[in-house]
Amino acid sequence: MANVLLEMKNITKTFPGVKALDNVNLQVEEGEIHALVGENGAGKSTLMNVLSGIYAYGTYEGDIIYNGEVCQFHKIKDSEEKGIVIIHQELALIPYMTIGENMFLGNERGKSASIDWNETYGEADKYLKMVGLKESSRVLVKEIGTGKQQLVEIAKALAKHAKLLILDEPTSSLNETDSKALLDLLLKFKKENGLTSIIISHKLNEVAYVADKITVIRDGATIETIDNREGEISEDRIIKGMVGREITDRFPKRSGVEIGEINMEVKDWTVFHPLYPERKVVDNVSMYVRKGEVVGISGLMGAGRTELAMSIFGKSYGTGISGELKIKGEKVELKTIREAIKHKLAYVTEDRKGNGLVLTNPIKTNTTLANLDSISKNMIIDKDKEYQVAEEYREKLRTKCPTVEQNVGNLSGGNQQKVLLAKWMFADPDILILDEPTRGIDVGAKYEIYCIINQLVSEGKSVIMISSELPEVLGMSDRIYVMNEGRMVGELSKEEATQETIMSCILKSGKGE
Amino acid sequence: MEKNKTLASLQKYAMIIALIIVVAFFYWKTGGKILLPQNINNLISQNAYVFILATGMLLCILTGGNIDLSVGSVVCFAGGVGASLMDKGVNTWVAVLAMLGIGLLVGIWHGFWIAYVKVPPFIATLAGMYAFRGLSNVVLGGMTVSIDDETFINVFGGGANCYVPDLIGNSETFNMTCMVAGIVAVVLFIGLQMKSRINSKRRGYETEAFTGVLVKMIIISAVILWAAFKLSNYKGIPTALIWILLVLLIYGYVTTKTRMGRYLYAVGGNEKATRLSGINTKSVYFFAYVNMGLLAALAGILTVARATSAQPTYGQGYEMDAIGACFIGGASAYGGIGTVPGVVVGAILMGVINQGMSIMGMDANYQKVVKGLVLLIAVIFDVVTKKEKK
Repeated sequence: MANVLLEMKNITKTFPGVKALDNVNLQVEEGEIHALVGENGAGKSTLMNVLSGIYAYGTYEGDIIYNGEVCQFHKIKDSEEKGIVIIHQELALIPYMTIGENMFLGNERGKSASIDWNETYGEADKYLKMVGLKESSRVLVKEIGTGKQQLVEIAKALAKHAKLLILDEPTSSLNETDSKALLDLLLKFKKENGLTSIIISHKLNEVAYVADKITVIRDGATIETIDNREGEISEDRIIKGMVGREITDRFPKRSGVEIGEINMEVKDWTVFHPLYPERKVVDNVSMYVRKGEVVGISGLMGAGRTELAMSIFGKSYGTGISGELKIKGEKVELKTIREAIKHKLAYVTEDRKGNGLVLTNPIKTNTTLANLDSISKNMIIDKDKEYQVAEEYREKLRTKCPTVEQNVGNLSGGNQQKVLLAKWMFADPDILILDEPTRGIDVGAKYEIYCIINQLVSEGKSVIMISSELPEVLGMSDRIYVMNEGRMVGELSKEEATQETIMSCILKSGKGE
Repeated sequence: MEKNKTLASLQKYAMIIALIIVVAFFYWKTGGKILLPQNINNLISQNAYVFILATGMLLCILTGGNIDLSVGSVVCFAGGVGASLMDKGVNTWVAVLAMLGIGLLVGIWHGFWIAYVKVPPFIATLAGMYAFRGLSNVVLGGMTVSIDDETFINVFGGGANCYVPDLIGNSETFNMTCMVAGIVAVVLFIGLQMKSRINSKRRGYETEAFTGVLVKMIIISAVILWAAFKLSNYKGIPTALIWILLVLLIYGYVTTKTRMGRYLYAVGGNEKATRLSGINTKSVYFFAYVNMGLLAALAGILTVARATSAQPTYGQGYEMDAIGACFIGGASAYGGIGTVPGVVVGAILMGVINQGMSIMGMDANYQKVVKGLVLLIAVIFDVVTKKEKK
């Protein structure tokens, strides 16, 4: 048995209100490729951030044993000195610098303060050759494609003398050929240099192809480690580990809600990326939602669900939007968010801090922000009315706060989510698109959010719920759409839908390319 | 918890406490001269432009820490145009309207580039700072143009007669009008406070502890009465004070009670969330800069009226005084936080420091050093206390 390079023991990491990691154990042997798999939010990235020192020693519990010694990393530099290098999902290269400059950023070659450019570019070219890139290191990063940029990242890691390479979703933005090249490169380094790597990936076919061992993380805990050295582990086997949790009654029952006629319908909806207008983000999607219905949209991160929702919501995302939108049977074009709100549409963002709430403002002003019309006259706000409205929603949603004058930034995630819901409920919509309505909040608060959703549909409203958590989608939806890579790849009734059928919709569509 | 509360209230009133300490310091150092009626009067008249510009600047800063560097040049340009017009015998009010019109156009010019073309405010207004300074020189022909339009000077608080005339009393040494105005202000203030408190109580809202409110009301009333008494002993209400109060009251109302005010805070707090709430964020930026142009013109009017002339160098550094007053008054450099009363305290603090050092006969260069340090300390205090909260 090869010697153990890294052992993470009983790692527990809590964020305010949420336990992100709960006694996680991970063992990586020298010279292996170890895959970490799990649903979004299972805690994979958090674990790797603990390992690389982004979450400093002392902010988590448990031990990191690397090369036989217990390590205390306070910052990324500490872990890099030991040869642990992490490559993030979002590429961290600076477009207007050359490849060489990027590779040695923070790790400059030369004596003291002056940079030796000959050495920099000479070394850079050497590492570029190792990863199979023919470009000169004097080329600007923006000139090369994303596939090659990912290889530059690896070269950069090698230049730091990486012994343990961590790759977070390295192929998520790459096409099939580039992905294959990247994985083969990892296999080559493993064989020739004995490089150990940890790879986080959603693409299970890739995981099965490249990994020696697969550790499954679910809800912040390690579930199992599967040995794949024989290379015979099937994707189904991994999926089972990923989703195999039991669903108890974490979802309130909804009874007596009558599903009525179609409230909103989208046909042949196509959206392009706002910055790369040649990239299709939403591809010919059609869907509908009926009165009193909860429709779930399932899919992995980056499937285009948020983009679909926001492009419908007054074209708040994307360019070149085409397709037909009908609300209550009437064809409409919503050019601005204001028009969308007027047509009784609401989009409750997944990013409540970034896109949803004004954290420096009190609860009451956040509650009324999307519907100031109804509490003001001649541009002057009726503060009494505002206070009453905020109080009413505080009671209705049972938001826990001392007063509605409290700044939203001081609330817990669950209560912030309630304020965000209150804001959009006060806008009086008929159709609500809830994007990851329970992300990052604890189980109790989740249950309350589900109750609110049930309340909404019982009032005859339509709810579209985008969620990456399969149990939530299954537990709450009357009907489920599955999206992958911008396309609708499945529509399942409540009866048909299981975790396996949803996953297989996604995987099958991915393989089709 | 109790400790947190004291810390929070300490933070809330920090600048007021700082103001009291600074006043006490200068009282000691100048042998009480700083609180002579004449000096209080000068403090108000000389710093009128700071109050007006800082109020406008606050709205810009609220939208996300954006500043307007051009205001000093705009003060000079608007004032210069007005002075030249009046010099040619144009009617006073036509000239005033022309000056305000120029401010409005300058504001539209900046606002358009900033809001709709997304030119960074720093750069758009830096360009304006150069351009309007140049235009001022052109308009004035590089020379001083004096103003002898009596109406203009009297209305906007310049010259020897820059006081509201005593309409009630006839004493040479005591201005009755000023004292009565002070008393009326206090009565109005207490009345409004009580009314809103009774309203809140009736509707069952949470209200502050009565003792706290009472203490606050007594202190504020005392300060108003004291200032009124002091000013009565000199020549009465400085005309500039009327303009300052008018602007402060209007913008105090705009920022707290109107939808536009709400938008300003929301955009500065989180632009994306505001946009996704169906609010036209571009028009918010536009409003802030158009408004700034208008107020810069008003400040220009007051400045040339006080000096009874216009010179191409007027208004230099005014933008920095306004920005400084905002940040000392607790506005956040990231936007979304700041109040009109805060700006008032900031402006008074700057004014007192200026005046105190002048009376002490301190070298003007060192005065600048002290002003810089005060600004830095205020912002450090803001940053540090916010960090501790997290």
